[in-house]
Amino acid sequence: MMDEIVKEFLVESHENLDRLDRDLVALEKDPRAKETLASIFRTIHTIKGASGFLAFGKLEAVAHVAENLLSKLRDGILSFTPEMASALLATVDAIRFMLGQIEITGQPGDRDFSGLIERLTRLNAGTNAPPLTASAAESPVLAAPQPSQSVGPGVPNSPSAPIASPEAVAESATTTVLPLSPPPDRASAAAKTLVLPPPPLHEMASAAPPETAETRNSAVSDSTIRVDVGLLDKLMNLVGELVLARNQVLQFTTQSADSTFLATSQRLNLITTELQGSVMKTRMQPIGNVWNKLPRMVRDLATACGKEIRIEMEGQETELDKTIIEAIKDPLTHIVRNSVDHGIERPQARVEHGKPAEGCLKMRAYHEGGQVNIEITDDGGGIDYERVKQKALQRGVITAEQAGRMSDHETLHLIFLPGFSTAEKVTNVSGRGVGMDVVKTNIEKIGGTVDLQSQLGEGTTLKIKIPLTLAIIPALIVTSGGDRFAIPQVSLLELVRLEGEQARRQIEFIHGAPVYRLRGQLLPLAYLNRELNIKEKSESDSAAVNIVVLQADGHPFGLVVDEINDTEEIVVKPLGKQLKSVSSFAGATIMGDGRVALILDVLGLAQRANVVSEVRDRTMSEKVVQAHKAANTRQALLLFDAGQGSRMAIPLSMVARLEEFPQSAVEHAGAQEVVRYRGQILPLIRVSKHVPVVRKTATDQNELMQVVVYSEQGRSVGLVVGRINDIVDETITVKRHACGNGIFGSVVIQDKVTDLLDVQAVIRAADPSFYANIPANKAAA
Amino acid sequence: MSDSKQYSTFYLNGLFFGVEVLKVQEVIRYQEMTRVPLAPRMIEGLINLRGQIVTAIDLRRRLELPPRAEGQLPMNVVVRSEDGAVSLLVDEIGDVVEIQDDTYERPPETLDGVARELIQGVYKLKERLLLILDTEKTVGVPTSAARASDIGN
Repeated sequence: MMDEIVKEFLVESHENLDRLDRDLVALEKDPRAKETLASIFRTIHTIKGASGFLAFGKLEAVAHVAENLLSKLRDGILSFTPEMASALLATVDAIRFMLGQIEITGQPGDRDFSGLIERLTRLNAGTNAPPLTASAAESPVLAAPQPSQSVGPGVPNSPSAPIASPEAVAESATTTVLPLSPPPDRASAAAKTLVLPPPPLHEMASAAPPETAETRNSAVSDSTIRVDVGLLDKLMNLVGELVLARNQVLQFTTQSADSTFLATSQRLNLITTELQGSVMKTRMQPIGNVWNKLPRMVRDLATACGKEIRIEMEGQETELDKTIIEAIKDPLTHIVRNSVDHGIERPQARVEHGKPAEGCLKMRAYHEGGQVNIEITDDGGGIDYERVKQKALQRGVITAEQAGRMSDHETLHLIFLPGFSTAEKVTNVSGRGVGMDVVKTNIEKIGGTVDLQSQLGEGTTLKIKIPLTLAIIPALIVTSGGDRFAIPQVSLLELVRLEGEQARRQIEFIHGAPVYRLRGQLLPLAYLNRELNIKEKSESDSAAVNIVVLQADGHPFGLVVDEINDTEEIVVKPLGKQLKSVSSFAGATIMGDGRVALILDVLGLAQRANVVSEVRDRTMSEKVVQAHKAANTRQALLLFDAGQGSRMAIPLSMVARLEEFPQSAVEHAGAQEVVRYRGQILPLIRVSKHVPVVRKTATDQNELMQVVVYSEQGRSVGLVVGRINDIVDETITVKRHACGNGIFGSVVIQDKVTDLLDVQAVIRAADPSFYANIPANKAAA
Repeated sequence: MSDSKQYSTFYLNGLFFGVEVLKVQEVIRYQEMTRVPLAPRMIEGLINLRGQIVTAIDLRRRLELPPRAEGQLPMNVVVRSEDGAVSLLVDEIGDVVEIQDDTYERPPETLDGVARELIQGVYKLKERLLLILDTEKTVGVPTSAARASDIGN
């Protein structure tokens, strides 16, 4: 792999050389043109400087003598002669040849240019001492090449062409060429070298083109050109249009039986896809461009913090769209800064924990599923979940009860809450968090996601997933209320389809909020029709329910749509300013049939449906519920069967969660039945044992138990019920007739007599210690 | 001799409106459009104008005029705005007229509400008045936030 810098040098130098050719010829016509001369001087000077910097000594030597000559010309010490022009043009050719060699082999090649150097020096002579030092180092005057073995693409003459000796060159640039036998000691070394003959000027003109033509084939300078980004943007837009037109054409293919048309449109399809890919590539840049400045930053920061940190990078060549590269620059810097500042401990602390004194920051980038993943891993202190929770409690972001039931993952995501950033010292201990909300917002703005994993004492990994490009994205097309909507594939997790009866049973309600059990996890549901205030599908009860499982902010949620159509590549177009206030849409696109479809903004939609930032929202809704209860006797009740056919109800406000466990998950702690639940032990109480109902007969090991989780003061207990039926909102008047232990009374709900379960009594009966710490009046509430 | 200006005219609920002809990109027939849920009421939908997505604003609603009779298809007057092309839905298209500046007058003080905000001036033509719309304001979001959010359920 050629070094990026060398490549750039080659491109630039080739451009410069082309200009040199022109300028020299122009100068020959008008030797007094100061401007031209100055330009030539600058160009040679640049090449000399760069080649010196890149340690191409030979190249530097040639450029150096040419520069000397030019400087005298510029200063008026010498006047320009055709002889000088030839020599300088020969220099240009020599430089070009060496550049060609550098490109192929990485080195200027071992062809000898001492003759040329000598010639230039002589031309320069007559005033000061010729600057032989530069050439003396590597070119003995005798180093004439072996004629018979001359090769190289840049050689205009046939191998048998006579070779110019340095002397000949020096004596006469325009006429003589003398054959010279190679010195024996250089015979093998010179195998690939050839001194350019100094042809007469008029010959030079004709000799140059074939040479250039040949050299050009592989030249880096010809494989790259500089293009205005604006032009690329335009090209990208046009390809976007083409993709749309292609989609339109493809739509006709379904209705047509014309095989020629089908074949042609297939071809169009393939070519468009390829074109799209190629055009996208033009805007791609390796992520290394952004990373390059990180080592320095890490070093400086680490020194400032008194830490030892080594940075490792993997996948620098992973390419991303230019706009995305720009967009992730700041977040990345921020994350790395955080890792260095808060993540990695001081050497002493590290050694105490049995880790090497030197911390390691790993950056990794790779492609996966049409997205780019970037991982930033440090082997620092990790994040202390408890500290994060405590801080969240202090700031009132979550309640104690929520803290108790938060998973580690949820806890980590607290760090991304805006309130959690800046100045608060939480994160100094826990690892990071300064401005993480900003990082997250920025990444999400370009359609990416951020995820955090941390192991206390072992380190933290931050994973960023970003789309390759912004302009064309794969999307799922859905229909709701007769309109089509595009959902960016990035947010899509899976699709669930519930048929008829199944649909009605499996969508449950917690206080009116629909949920679906997706592999044991409760998935909050949002109905697209309702969220967007568009008309509901008629007969929605009988038909199948399509759930698009999406991820917003790390929280999965289900979006119920009327129909799921297909995935398609769509071109994202922004919405006008009149629609900026509508947060549910990220843009619009033109579909195959030419109609416009809106692109859903999954995050905006989730926020609208209150399925994200659930931590905060839940706190609020709970408060609302309590206020509501106080003001009104209407209560939301959870209806269930305790055993065979006995309808029971408990106030929904007492329900923390509804869960399902297989019988096989039940373990025993003493006589108490328990299950492991969210990292805790949840005692189970079988309601049927405590209330007078007909018990179910022996249960199958695999059968799922329905469990109502009840929490009080951070303690939880699971009430095992027969079946959860419904949630109703009813004004209840308790007809007190205590028919037994554990029953509070009976009410009529939905025209049926329903027993109200006395939850406290049941729990007290099963576990007298449960309420030990809770005042009696509270328990009776 | 005073200067004159050209206006592209259209009708809306019996009123005669004009917008500067240079502001008008094109006039097209009714297009099928995609409605935008939750959008401000004045937004009728999005149309595909040769690959460009253009927001269509129902001028009747924008000007708080009674709704168009059912079955009457509006026309699109596509105007250029700072934010790109926006389509104004009008009842009927009139001619492009050239009018002398000396018949121009500021709208009377009695105009109020949205009309005062959007009607920039009046030309007193022989047979009727031509109301000149401020296109930039017209395509803007209504100043009163309340109006933007009342969506029919």
